[in-house]
Amino acid sequence: MTRTVDGEHLVGQPIDRIDGPAKTTGGARFSAEHAYPGLTHAALVPATVSRGRITAIDTAAAAAVPGVITVLTHGNAPKLNPPKRPTPANLSTLVSGTQVNYLNTDEVHWDGQPVAVVVAETSHAAREAAALVHVSYERLPAVVDFAAEEPNAVAQKGNPVMPGSAKKGDADAALAVAPVTVDARYTTPQHHHNALEPHATTAVWQGDELTVHDSTQSITWLRKHLALRFGVPEAKVRVLAPFVGGGFGGKGFAWPGTIIAVLAARATGRPVRLLLTREDVHRAVGARTPSAQRVALGADTGGRLTALVHTSVTRTSRVGGQPEQVTAPAQHLYDATNIRTAQSQTTLDWMPNTSMRAPGDAIGSFALESAIDELAGELGIDPVELRMRNEPERNPIDGKRFSHRMLREAYALGARRFGWENRSPEPRSTRDGRWLVGMGVATAYHPAMQFTANVTVRLAADGTVTVRCGFQEMGMGNATVQAQIAADALGVPFEAVRVEYGDSALPASVMAGGSMQTSTVAGSVLAACGKLTRRLSTLARRTGMQGRTPTEILTAARVPFIDAAVGSDTRLGALAGQARMLAKVVRDQRTWAKAACGAHFCEVRVDADTGEVRVSRWTAAFDVGRVINRKTAFSQLRGGIVMGIGMALFEEALVDRRTGRIMNPSLSGYHVPVHADVPPIDIACLDEPDPTMPLGILGVGEVGITGVAAAIANAIHHATGSRIRDLPITPDKLVT
Amino acid sequence: MIPFDYRRPDDIGTAVATVTGNPRAAFLGGGTNLVDHMKLGVAEPELLVDVTGLTSRDIERLPDGGLRVGAGVRNSDLAADPLVRERFPVLAQALLSGASGQLRNLATTGGNLLQRTRCVYFQDVTTPCNKREPGQGCSALEGYHRHHAVLGASRQCVAVHPSDLAVALAALDAVVRVQGPGGERTIPAETLHRLPGEHPERDTVLEHGELITAVDLPGLPFGPRSRYRKARDRASFAFALVSVAAALDVAGGLVRDVRIAFGGLAHKPWRARLAEDALRGRPAAPDEFRAAAEAELADAQPLRDNGFKVPMARNMLVSVLTELSAEDGAA
Repeated sequence: MTRTVDGEHLVGQPIDRIDGPAKTTGGARFSAEHAYPGLTHAALVPATVSRGRITAIDTAAAAAVPGVITVLTHGNAPKLNPPKRPTPANLSTLVSGTQVNYLNTDEVHWDGQPVAVVVAETSHAAREAAALVHVSYERLPAVVDFAAEEPNAVAQKGNPVMPGSAKKGDADAALAVAPVTVDARYTTPQHHHNALEPHATTAVWQGDELTVHDSTQSITWLRKHLALRFGVPEAKVRVLAPFVGGGFGGKGFAWPGTIIAVLAARATGRPVRLLLTREDVHRAVGARTPSAQRVALGADTGGRLTALVHTSVTRTSRVGGQPEQVTAPAQHLYDATNIRTAQSQTTLDWMPNTSMRAPGDAIGSFALESAIDELAGELGIDPVELRMRNEPERNPIDGKRFSHRMLREAYALGARRFGWENRSPEPRSTRDGRWLVGMGVATAYHPAMQFTANVTVRLAADGTVTVRCGFQEMGMGNATVQAQIAADALGVPFEAVRVEYGDSALPASVMAGGSMQTSTVAGSVLAACGKLTRRLSTLARRTGMQGRTPTEILTAARVPFIDAAVGSDTRLGALAGQARMLAKVVRDQRTWAKAACGAHFCEVRVDADTGEVRVSRWTAAFDVGRVINRKTAFSQLRGGIVMGIGMALFEEALVDRRTGRIMNPSLSGYHVPVHADVPPIDIACLDEPDPTMPLGILGVGEVGITGVAAAIANAIHHATGSRIRDLPITPDKLVT
Repeated sequence: MIPFDYRRPDDIGTAVATVTGNPRAAFLGGGTNLVDHMKLGVAEPELLVDVTGLTSRDIERLPDGGLRVGAGVRNSDLAADPLVRERFPVLAQALLSGASGQLRNLATTGGNLLQRTRCVYFQDVTTPCNKREPGQGCSALEGYHRHHAVLGASRQCVAVHPSDLAVALAALDAVVRVQGPGGERTIPAETLHRLPGEHPERDTVLEHGELITAVDLPGLPFGPRSRYRKARDRASFAFALVSVAAALDVAGGLVRDVRIAFGGLAHKPWRARLAEDALRGRPAAPDEFRAAAEAELADAQPLRDNGFKVPMARNMLVSVLTELSAEDGAA
């Protein structure tokens, strides 16, 4: 059924997203928009100390507010099974954001941990009452100052998804004798995802059957986790998330709001809706770890790297958190003779950190790609040329083959589109009125992965195709691209394909994370479509209908539809699937170094009076394998760059070092880019398929943000002569 | 948010009497700051007296070439007014540099002047703050204070006033008309806001129950040669790190007259009298502007993390005056 005329392929076309009309007309219902008879509304009460014990909770005033149904605390909440220690052997244990058994303990582990929930007839009553709950604490000594704890950091264990330390040769010895060196410290603050849709849950118990509408990136794992916590069989739990208003990693795990909403529904016997406030989102959902990094580079006078050292300190919590692969880019980007990367972490009385768009890589690439630019300056070599002189043929740290690597081509394409050759090498050499103008460049890099997903595809005699898979749609366009893929594979029009997703009753899929959902689901959709094609051929032969349309063949065969399944959702099937997935990931990682990459080029203008920075131009050229949908893929890449601009210039959780309290838990205090901060962004993709991935897809969700902050810092240096190594680059750091 | 009563009296006298008679009553204008504070627990009025239909929404010409701006005039209307744009461009620019289009459509002239500091500790009721609760202490002194005051602060409070409009009004010698229980009085805009001293809980010299009814802009022949510049953390929708409002009158290469006020440096719009005095009669030249700026800022006492405001304010003033003097010469 493969169509050979290139123009007829749907894959590659900039097709409008399927869910666009529903979203733009308000027809799409998000997790806080489901009405149930008797629906109640919940509001959280956050702790205001970083560590301590609750000695008393006075709920009398709250309970007296008209409309309040109950106030749940550790004194009266139903018992919950505690979260299990995370283990890769049971992926569902990895989904718990923290190890705290909410409302089942008098212990407080971070400023913002929910310690009570009010359930009321209206959201206004719930919020009013929540403000009236008075909690008394015995304060315990708390360790909250990341900078002060940095010397106490301990070596971090990596895991299969987040690699840790690595070594080749003796980088420190090589650094000591290198004729040209850079050795610098870089810091990045805590970042929050701030998706447009705050986290929301609507929870409904009917007997021991639980239905949860939740703004999650991971319906399959959340379902397993809820079954575990509430002591019911997985089959009794259904999680629905057809629409999620952005996640960026912040909705990957189960955070307190979800668990407490389900708990409140069980306690009251009524449906509960819990929509987090923006402040709740900052206090009760994990964030990106702050980091302190060292990058030391040694090179010969020709610019060949002889030493590359990249070390990092990040933060986890006493009640959870995860390693972040801050130094991973240093293992893949440069053909240095000697390499050492090492990651360590502090453990604080803090909300556990969690994945945020390109965890590790986003902040690690800031340090590494800034340092490379600094080295280019020391050497007097153009920063693009320096990168090309050190572009490896094989994965530098271990000699593995690249499945695909077209970074040279990306740089050539980006430089041409941007006009890099017009850049004068001298810093502070271009002025336009009071604006100092500079150009910067940096590499984008994000590993590509493929997991496994269960899928069923039905081809009906009326010519329609139904793809069923419990994947997540957070705005990336996955439903649209899977429809394109299935239509191409079966030779039917795009409009004939219906994709069902976002429901745990569907075949189990992976979480949306790690930029691997599209390739993972595509792999299974293609396999299922392949089975259907073969069955159709058999039917065609049997009925003498070779070469005819699916409708004609099925009608002739008197078959109303044919189904194909990939993977199984039985208990055994799920276990086998998990084993298959882990085996595939490990095998893939042993065999290949596989990644999406690209080149960012930007122009900035810095106000010579005030140090205010405006990004005025952007070109990015990517090698992301095959692009399935130019419109949705380019939006993802563009969105990553916008988020990177925020990271470079604005975003920072203001954490009071004395108390560990976040002081700007709002969008007025936590600055994300506004439209006026975002220039026209020119995106180009090489569109060359990776030979080892389904359809050659390398993933586009995260690579866009990597390298962005470095490109901007490098352009600022070029504009002003000032090298800023601490994010965000606010005007106070540049004004003189 | 706690329950509150809401009233909409028929006239200003009743509104003033109603608020005067209840220590926990507050006037409600556009509500763009007060309602936020009610949600945060920073303000807990038990009675809101809505004056949006009572105070004037008109901009009238005054005989001296000035304008009278009703307290109910929305920020977006004031910024768009042709007379304002022609006679006092600094005012229109200040307004347009603040908030967002949606907020400017709601915010009133009177309410804009009475908005309160965005100090993060003031806005978080779980942290000590002398402005919110006198005697608690100031969390910003040793805490997060990058946005805070470098001039005129006290140990009690280092907050800055956030209004852009107020800075332009201070520079323009505007006069605030106030209706109180004892009748009407006028207050120079420059002295409407206070320095914190020992009473940071008081932002202005207004007594409880006094209502701003209008703002008079006296005629200023060189008002058309005025400008507002604001430095901030992002391109839009952010409060000033530093702002400058200035008007300049140059004759024969000499400064004949000048008006300067800074925002973002103090608990009130900072009228730069020292700089103005230093400049009158002097050559309109960058080194003179710089010396005047340095004279004004000589008493700055930065905290750990806000010292950048001093060079930022100096650079901005020099730049704005240089641009205005060029504009003047070209005219």
